[in-house]
Amino acid sequence: MATAQRSQAPPQAWRVEVFRRPTVDDPEGSHALAAAQALGLESITDLRLGRGYLLPPEFDETQVLRTVRELLADPVLDSARITAPGESPAREGQTFVLVARKPGVTDPVSQTLERALHTAGIAPTSQRDLLVTTFQAWELDCSPNEDHLAQLSRRVLANVVIDQVLVNDESLHYGLPPAGEAHGVVHVPLLNLDEEQLLALSSEGMLSLDLAEMLTIQGHFAGLGREPTSCELETLAQTWSEHCQHKTFRGRIEMDGEVIDNLLKSTIAKATHELNKPWCISVFHDNAGIVEFDSVNGETWDLSMKVETHNHPSAIDPYGGAGTGIGGVVRDILGVGLGAKPIANLDAFFVGPPDLPRAEVPRGCMHPSRILRGVVAGVRDYGNRMGIPTVAGGVWFHEGYTANPLVYAGTVGLMPRWAATKEVKPGDVILTVGGRTGRDGIHGATFSSVELHEDSETMSAGAVQIGDPITEKKVLDGLLAARDKRLFRGLTDCGAGGLSSAVGEMGAECGAEVDLDLVPLKYPGLSPEEIWISEAQERMVLGVPPENLDACIAVFDAEGATATAIGHFTDTGRLVLRYEGVLQADMDMHFLHEGNPRQTRQASWDTPDIPTPEVPELNDPGATLLALLGRPTVANKEWIIRQYDHEVQGQRVIGPTSGVRNDGPSDGVVLHPLPDSKKGAAIGVGANARYGRLDPRAMAEACIDEALRNVVAAGGDPAHTSLLDNFSWGNCNKPDRLGSLVHAAKGCYASAMALGTPFISGKDSLNNEYRVGAETIAIPPTLLISALSILPDVSKAVSMDLKTAGNVLLLVGETKNHLGGSELHALLGLDGGSVPRPDLSTSPDLFARLHGSMQARLVRTCHDLSEGGLAVALAESAMAGNLGADVQLPSGTGLNSTCALFSESTTRFLVELAPNNEEAFRKALGSHPVCKLGLVQTEPRLQIAGESGSPLIDLDLGAVHAAFNSSFQG
Amino acid sequence: MQTTQALVLRTSGTNCELETARALERGGARVDVLSHRRLQDDLPSLAKYKIMVFAGGFSHGDDLAAGRVWGSDLRAMRRELDAFVADGGLILGVCNGFQVLVESGLFQPERAPEERTLALYSNASNHYECRWVDLAVEASVCPWLSAGWKFPVPVAHAEGRFTCTDETTLHELQAAGQIVLTYQGQSDSATYPENPNGSAGDVAGICDPSGRVVGLMPHPERNLEVFNRPDWTRLEGRSEGEGLRFYSDLVAAAKP
Repeated sequence: MATAQRSQAPPQAWRVEVFRRPTVDDPEGSHALAAAQALGLESITDLRLGRGYLLPPEFDETQVLRTVRELLADPVLDSARITAPGESPAREGQTFVLVARKPGVTDPVSQTLERALHTAGIAPTSQRDLLVTTFQAWELDCSPNEDHLAQLSRRVLANVVIDQVLVNDESLHYGLPPAGEAHGVVHVPLLNLDEEQLLALSSEGMLSLDLAEMLTIQGHFAGLGREPTSCELETLAQTWSEHCQHKTFRGRIEMDGEVIDNLLKSTIAKATHELNKPWCISVFHDNAGIVEFDSVNGETWDLSMKVETHNHPSAIDPYGGAGTGIGGVVRDILGVGLGAKPIANLDAFFVGPPDLPRAEVPRGCMHPSRILRGVVAGVRDYGNRMGIPTVAGGVWFHEGYTANPLVYAGTVGLMPRWAATKEVKPGDVILTVGGRTGRDGIHGATFSSVELHEDSETMSAGAVQIGDPITEKKVLDGLLAARDKRLFRGLTDCGAGGLSSAVGEMGAECGAEVDLDLVPLKYPGLSPEEIWISEAQERMVLGVPPENLDACIAVFDAEGATATAIGHFTDTGRLVLRYEGVLQADMDMHFLHEGNPRQTRQASWDTPDIPTPEVPELNDPGATLLALLGRPTVANKEWIIRQYDHEVQGQRVIGPTSGVRNDGPSDGVVLHPLPDSKKGAAIGVGANARYGRLDPRAMAEACIDEALRNVVAAGGDPAHTSLLDNFSWGNCNKPDRLGSLVHAAKGCYASAMALGTPFISGKDSLNNEYRVGAETIAIPPTLLISALSILPDVSKAVSMDLKTAGNVLLLVGETKNHLGGSELHALLGLDGGSVPRPDLSTSPDLFARLHGSMQARLVRTCHDLSEGGLAVALAESAMAGNLGADVQLPSGTGLNSTCALFSESTTRFLVELAPNNEEAFRKALGSHPVCKLGLVQTEPRLQIAGESGSPLIDLDLGAVHAAFNSSFQG
Repeated sequence: MQTTQALVLRTSGTNCELETARALERGGARVDVLSHRRLQDDLPSLAKYKIMVFAGGFSHGDDLAAGRVWGSDLRAMRRELDAFVADGGLILGVCNGFQVLVESGLFQPERAPEERTLALYSNASNHYECRWVDLAVEASVCPWLSAGWKFPVPVAHAEGRFTCTDETTLHELQAAGQIVLTYQGQSDSATYPENPNGSAGDVAGICDPSGRVVGLMPHPERNLEVFNRPDWTRLEGRSEGEGLRFYSDLVAAAKP
């Protein structure tokens, strides 16, 4: 909000505000107005946006007019208001709100305008260092009350984490951000601190180091006989953070008398190791996993995949957090081996209920609907601009995510085999490419390792990063070009911890020296440690043989991407940092990477003592089905899918939606990455918000089963499927949280071994708790499983929409009473019961045989059964094909019809085939349960009879469609 | 026989250049992909091409407006572009490439670019939309698209609403045969989402008065294969994606 003390003087710059003409609509204005009305701000009745620009006062009037006519205002759509430096604009509205990025926050638009002023010849070369800034001028004709105006500013028009807001105040900031302090060496005295003081130092410095770690650092520097510099301490904090080191997964755990030394190595990575698949090219040690794809025209191609969590940043800035989440995982793929081309993105969100009453939103949190809209827009604007199709994912809704939403972003890459390995050699130049470094994203790695609290929004403003996808696209184009010219041999991305992590990791085995003053900055005034740990986005670090340096820089220059040599790798085993020749850090790489104390954590798990409820008797199963279809987790997500470009790169085989109207929810998606290959790549995910609290092991196994169902249903080969794990849990220093994590990890091992599906990459986020006062709330334990599967022949891909009246409908797989954690229970407010858990002695063979039947082209349609069970799957397939179904529940199962319709037992599929293929299909499936349900029918009705033949459900597809579209639509 | 040479142009933020090049190659052309910067440094090299395609994406982030900065860059090579067309060359702009051509002023050569009376505006739905639509080729002065042909293609854009300053402009374009492609609906005029962005006159693509400069919002290069259409698993008897013909007709019309 505007503060009374500030000077009200307008900026000393030309000001241009571009409004939509009254003859055309104002999309941004109506968008904001709708959001204000959704918040109940009824005194806001109109809003219009002026896109604002501050141009240099050195410009003469002709230059300003040319800028407006040629670059800023559209002759058909816009009218512009120009105000001379130091003057106030002639505003038309009663009230106005100006929103500008805080000084130092990335503003891609102003950078584009600065460049365009020169290329258009408006600014002569003599005016090189022009400063242009942008802002938004919102004008209102109405007279809103003060509270509404404040809420509008804070909750609709601006994000106070990154924006400054002026209400009825013209004093916009024009100028560079204020410079920081002098840059000598700063030593941090800690040798004489006691335990309490060490902890205080860690907390005040946002280091997120615990006592054992602080004591280890103290001991190390005591041995050296000196105090650490602030650069050294920050480097240790970044490198040892949970985010970078995965201390929980790699530490020691004691549970029920068992000692687990390194949970990752004894479960997830163990499965990969024991399965030892020849098509796993690189697993667990690089930025992403790499698996073999196909050989075409003498070149072998691999696929790489990585899925990341980006939870905490998305909680305080959903738009920026989700966008930089995508940007970060894309860089993981750009940085795997010698670089892969990103060919697909996926996103998965876990948020609170979209209809949560406002009074139930915890203090300091945003409403789930605002969070969801924000993360969707963030993924949209980053992924679409990068030219990477966002093809797969999901949204899960649960009260437990209200204060701590989960945002997962994943990317698949395509790379030639020769690029799968890399090396760092002493003497190679350390080259940074891409974005400039600013004060954005300081302490992101350590921030994400602590719990959120009601002041997170204001406390951690510096931890939020701002994305600039076009800069990352330039990096992508330059990097792949330099790769193909084989100009570099070492590579990684700048993610959490910034340069400190990137250079520290690359030089871990040899040593590195960096001159921090060579790092290109967005603006002057950063301290050496800020440069070193900034998480400014869109940066990569290359290791370049000195003889290739000029050629490499030239390749990036041709793409308009900055490439700068900042140091070189050494053979000293030390990390040496200087700023303007002054030594800032001189550390032993071994201590940095291996010196942190391994900790032992206690784990325990007690199955919650909840009595199993009776199987509910449903008076009207049809009404129950419609209610389930309208539940947010089940309902249509088209409003999200349509905002993502899922077609760019032209690889579509099975998209996120299928069917006559292209609105049926596909299971897995299938891409055709290499034009000259027959092969395809299927991507599917599995997750559940409700199973884990009841039975974490069953949840893990069910999620893996679901991810596999999704890719196999679309035609993926289960024998060539790899998995990725992303655990989001509560605070795992608490034994019960850690106990459920151990059970889930064991489930991952058992499933992967049985199914022959190795894990190739993973990432965890283990402090998802929200503190209000003395209480903390943990999220439901949430495991996102992603599956990447190869299709031998894309022409054999299968979609989920019913195809032809008269075809046979079959249910494949066994149904049991698995209503625990089901959508039906959630709908009816029931708790407890048996969570679905796959039978690992039969499921692998069932997947293999179903795939075989698809390779024999026996299957016309296949849809996996998940939330809502058989009834929901039938409804979705019928709706997507705009064809009815006339079916009867299988007899002799001993199951109550409620279970038959809505149980969520795993490893089940709805299959449609031509009647003359039924026998061959049954033969192909061997002894697995295959029940004939009935027939596809022309009449657009979903008719389901009980096992006795009495009608249970009889619904018009129009009603089904309406229910499916009845939930939150953005 | 000589092969037609086609140039696919890109700049910072362009992201459809590879599938566009593939479409032209599949359509029978030999294709180079060049950045705008490289072309600007060697404008005489334009002479060897018969087709020039501005590929889709987010040129310069669309930061000032969709296609604005690249469109402004084209003013500096206007003379060469006019000569390219006068010499029998064909220019195509797809999606962001169409927005760039609109910003460049090429569709209304009698006016200064900043006095154009047509624009591509934010979608009526007020957000980015990616969905499949049906297109129809209108009778126009464009020499290479056959009137009456209908085909499915995806659109993927946030600013594709064809808008004119007034009705007169739209009528003049219609009268001059400059309306090339329209969105098709169940009835005479398309409704949302058949017309995905609210374009006036359901206009999806236009050409300049010569018919040799064409721009359209949808992406025919994303429908080259049998299996690209969302409903392909329901169809039989197709041997290629319908978008391939769009590019092979373009290549066929540009004689080497």
